[in-house]
Amino acid sequence: MNLALFLLTENQLVHLSPVDLVIIVFYFALVLAIGLYLKNQANTSDDFFLAGREMTAWVAGLAFLSANLGSLELMGWAGNAYKYGILAAHWYWVGAIPAMLFLALVMMPFYHICKTHSVPGYLKLRFGEGSRALSAISFAFMTVLMSGINMYAMAVVMRVVLGWNIHLSILVSSVTVAVYVALGGLRSAIFNEVLQFFLIWAGALLIPILGLIEAGGWNGLKARILQNLTEQHVANPGAYTHLWSTLGDFGNNPMGINWVGIVFGLGAVLSMGYWTTDFLVVQRVLAAKDLRSAKLAPIIGAAFKMMVPFIVILPGLLGLALLRDPAGHLLRLVPGDLAWSDLGRAQGLHGYDEVLPLMLARYCGPGLLGLGITALIAGFMSGMAGNVSAFATVWTYDIYGALIDKDASDESKVRMGRWCTLLGVAVSIGTAYLVMQSQSIMDYVQQLFSFFIAPLFGTVLLGMMWKRATPAGGFWGLLAGTGSSVGMWAWVKVNPDAVKYVALSSRAQDQAQNMFRALWCWLICVLVTVLVSLVTKPKPDSELADLVYGLTPIPREERVSVFHRPIFWAVIVLIIFVILQIIFW
Amino acid sequence: MKSGGSLSIWFFIGLSLLVNGALILGDGLYELANPPEHPVVLFQLHANIWWGAFLFLFGAFYCYRFGPRRGVNGH
Repeated sequence: MNLALFLLTENQLVHLSPVDLVIIVFYFALVLAIGLYLKNQANTSDDFFLAGREMTAWVAGLAFLSANLGSLELMGWAGNAYKYGILAAHWYWVGAIPAMLFLALVMMPFYHICKTHSVPGYLKLRFGEGSRALSAISFAFMTVLMSGINMYAMAVVMRVVLGWNIHLSILVSSVTVAVYVALGGLRSAIFNEVLQFFLIWAGALLIPILGLIEAGGWNGLKARILQNLTEQHVANPGAYTHLWSTLGDFGNNPMGINWVGIVFGLGAVLSMGYWTTDFLVVQRVLAAKDLRSAKLAPIIGAAFKMMVPFIVILPGLLGLALLRDPAGHLLRLVPGDLAWSDLGRAQGLHGYDEVLPLMLARYCGPGLLGLGITALIAGFMSGMAGNVSAFATVWTYDIYGALIDKDASDESKVRMGRWCTLLGVAVSIGTAYLVMQSQSIMDYVQQLFSFFIAPLFGTVLLGMMWKRATPAGGFWGLLAGTGSSVGMWAWVKVNPDAVKYVALSSRAQDQAQNMFRALWCWLICVLVTVLVSLVTKPKPDSELADLVYGLTPIPREERVSVFHRPIFWAVIVLIIFVILQIIFW
Repeated sequence: MKSGGSLSIWFFIGLSLLVNGALILGDGLYELANPPEHPVVLFQLHANIWWGAFLFLFGAFYCYRFGPRRGVNGH
């Protein structure tokens, strides 16, 4: 087959120039060079799985944020901003900042002091093997499946945006990730996550800057959105630019959610679960060199997380205000299923998730376009690397080391970690092709992942805060919480009318259902844990030292000025967070 | 990274921004002399020139500050 035809088999959204291709190739070369350079620094298990526990607060903090800042996240939430308006910013503010600060100030000391290698590892120390096995197996299984879904999604985006062949995208990205993670372990993954962080900002920051210039500033943007949506007879057009004022009722905003779902479902449960117990992100902070760095890292991550809406949410809103077709008419984006179908492509439709590449193509000429595309590729690859490195760690320590070979040497753990990395990539490729055959699998797996997060937060939180929680309580609470989450999801799937019970309103949209399901299953997990704990025998205090609040002496931080103290910066971040809520109320 | 002369993560960041900045700046200057047939929106602001220059200078500073000769341990 002709090489050019093999590479470019589809119509594409943007066309790359030679300088764009040079920038992309340079990125791949640099990533592989970093992996090769670091291969001699991953000789022990602590080196390979926890980057030697010697990362500074800045490196750990940026990697902590980057592990979550994948391209699916960027493009998906820019698309959600187009679809739901500024409400999407809740996932970056109330749905992240309080949880990140809570991790830093309350939970990090326990993770750091008990020297665990993973979140399931903490559960083993606190509740025993049952809870660890349940958590580790579900995490390892879901992580590697998610990695495959990300890989497939990346290949689809590359096909739609660049016209690249789907098989070639999967092959190149997976081989590159496999090489650099297998060589350098977590250190290599972290290095590339920090690199990706800078590339994303360098590649995406111009869109909001130029967009605001074109729209006439924030007030001009709001006026254009109002005008465009009014012309299209959209209900409550003003709700697209207000963060809180439309959340009094489910029917007043495009997301079909109310403030209870956002504050309690998202802010208090789902985001707390994700940012404090999902090992994919927590692993980055565990690599910090000391307790002060481990506490500062999530605070640094939170400070930058607050700014991410500028490069994600704002481009979505700008798309709503500015995008026009070649004839000068308003361009309306449609759901991805429709846009990427044969019919949709024949009609030249674009999906919500294409808003970021569309804005990129609008303002960025040769060079800048290459940098923007590189940022997207970097986001995909570091997301995949994060999944694979977390999978390798949990498999090696919490499944292989705990259930298969309890006396494994340090050397064999490193060897197992390298093989697991390759295995994780291979399973990811298999999943990607499975999803290609039946795309409904993607929806199911993404839902499955959300089943584990909220109950796990309930179990870990009670484990850290309540010394009376028993091993049986932890295990049954986690199982009941997860089971009830699956049950509620299946109930709504079988009987859509059940949404009025699960999400308290028949008008609740998908996101609202997720929020309320998380809230209920967390409450069930906590309730079952408390009830079972009260009728079972607790562990003696001597076995809970360094694991539970009140029995863990938190080391005093060295004498440092107020500007070096985590609490000072946490308060600053919190104040800015509150100011942002008021500005965009 | 371990101390003792190994390269800092910040050096790799600097290298990436330096090279990308140089390529973008170079292309921007070429477009200034040879305007494209189908320019992007707000082409008249020449974003590739000032953004490329910014990335180049930022990258150059990081390469100098965290380069191998200075032996600064970046993390």
